[in-house]
Amino acid sequence: MDLKDLYRDVILDHNRHPRNFGPPARPARSARGHNPLCGDQLTVYAVIDGDIVRELRFDGTGCAISVASASLMTEALTGKTVAEANRLFGLVHDLLTRADAPAPPELGKLAALSGVRGFPSRVKCASLCWHTLQAALAQSAEPVSTE
Amino acid sequence: MSAAARPDTADLEFARYRADFPILAQRIHGRPLAYLDNAASSQRPRAVLDAERRYAEEMHANVHRGVHTLSQRATDAFEGARERVRLFLNARSTREIIFTRGTTEAINLVAQSYARPRLQPGDEILISWLEHHANIVPWQMVTAATGARLVVAPITRRGELDLDGFRDLLSDRTRLVALAHVSNALGTVLPVREIVELAHARGVPVLLDGAQAVPHFALDVRALDCDFYAFSGHKLYGPTGIGVLYGRESLLEAMPPWQGGGDMILSVSFGSTTYNTLPFKFEAGTPHIGGAVGLAAAIDYVEAIGLRRIAAFEHELLGYATERLDRIEGLRIVGTAPAKASLVSFTLEGVHPHDLGTILDQDGIAIRTGHHCAMPVMEFFGVPATARASFAFYNTRAEIDRLADSVGAARALFRGR
Repeated sequence: MDLKDLYRDVILDHNRHPRNFGPPARPARSARGHNPLCGDQLTVYAVIDGDIVRELRFDGTGCAISVASASLMTEALTGKTVAEANRLFGLVHDLLTRADAPAPPELGKLAALSGVRGFPSRVKCASLCWHTLQAALAQSAEPVSTE
Repeated sequence: MSAAARPDTADLEFARYRADFPILAQRIHGRPLAYLDNAASSQRPRAVLDAERRYAEEMHANVHRGVHTLSQRATDAFEGARERVRLFLNARSTREIIFTRGTTEAINLVAQSYARPRLQPGDEILISWLEHHANIVPWQMVTAATGARLVVAPITRRGELDLDGFRDLLSDRTRLVALAHVSNALGTVLPVREIVELAHARGVPVLLDGAQAVPHFALDVRALDCDFYAFSGHKLYGPTGIGVLYGRESLLEAMPPWQGGGDMILSVSFGSTTYNTLPFKFEAGTPHIGGAVGLAAAIDYVEAIGLRRIAAFEHELLGYATERLDRIEGLRIVGTAPAKASLVSFTLEGVHPHDLGTILDQDGIAIRTGHHCAMPVMEFFGVPATARASFAFYNTRAEIDRLADSVGAARALFRGR
């Protein structure tokens, strides 16, 4: 395994300068994700309008992989439908866990996460924000906070 | 850039022992393994592996039960191991040596069997901010069940026990003091003699969690005068799944058994059961016989080298590592007490400990990253996690150079050069 495959420039950049960081100004569904093994804590905020993800933001602390994955996720899913978001979740999940999974073009920058699968102990870091988003989307009432 | 390692006589002497550890002679990701995670679990020398195998191949049967030859051999080996541990701790009697699965089980035994039956609402158990979860949660369980309170002694910014704060919290409500001998997250060595004296002056017994201490110091429970002392085999170059609770005989004698089963009884009828004598009263079921044999071999091994020599050499490694790491820009050492066991816990600006752990692993360097099962310590220092390099006598200055170089390279990678 090559470290440069894990820590690609896109990942390092999103770690240094996370996009869509901090809670949104308007009411949002949110969920907290916690990886007890390493102490990573993320909160994902989703503003859903009909079936469109209008705004997707996050905050918290974590390693470069979990922060970059969350940052890339918020960029990739903003403006998508919930169904498209779920489809991308499936593609990313395959990308992280299946050695032979292709990186289809629709993944865009998310394809940078493909290096994670060479480091099995880090897959949970990359998937934490995605599972947290699922939990946020599963909430029916708005706004909802787990705080 | 890095100062070259300067091997001296001690380095050369200790380099010989390294060859006793087969696992260390391997490459990880193409680089020689630098195993710097000894505070999590240390490696086993061939003498321990051989003792475990010889036991399995030549002696194994159940203990204390059979009249046949193998059962006698197994019993002799197991009880021989108990005597070896007694000598190691300088306990008065083998009745004071209880084999457990490890430090965690030993502390739970005291919590359930010593503390729980005695605790009344308003009573207190006194621990510190430095504790491993294994010396927090068992006390939370028994205090919650009895209405007693868990009281936490403060620590200083250097990661030392605040002895004045500790003294202030000792009261006539304190039923037990339970403290780490050495902090696993920071390496701080606690002033255990003073602690025992202060507690005993108020008639309070003391349990010491010695998991991180026994690999580094010669120990004498009689001189220390503690009431309970717990440690694990696998941090002392022995097997996992075996540990020891030392307990003062008068206290153990008065404690009820905590697990029921075979070996801990003298006679059983449905009407009543007569419990076995010490130490068997606390050893229900078939024990980890091979583990005890391995632990005894590990004690033989470290005592042959000499714990004082080990401590002196590890102190040199600690000094060298502290000096090398301290020079790295953005690196903050967490835990700067003057008295430390050979470990360095640190954070690196801009690089999360987990990323650092992965990067170092690619260079063949094994360290621990995370909260080290001591989340209150992390909270105290305001960090979610640290990287921790912990050294054994088989480590070298050259490995510490590699650690420092690799940490520097990680910082460069994350800063975009």
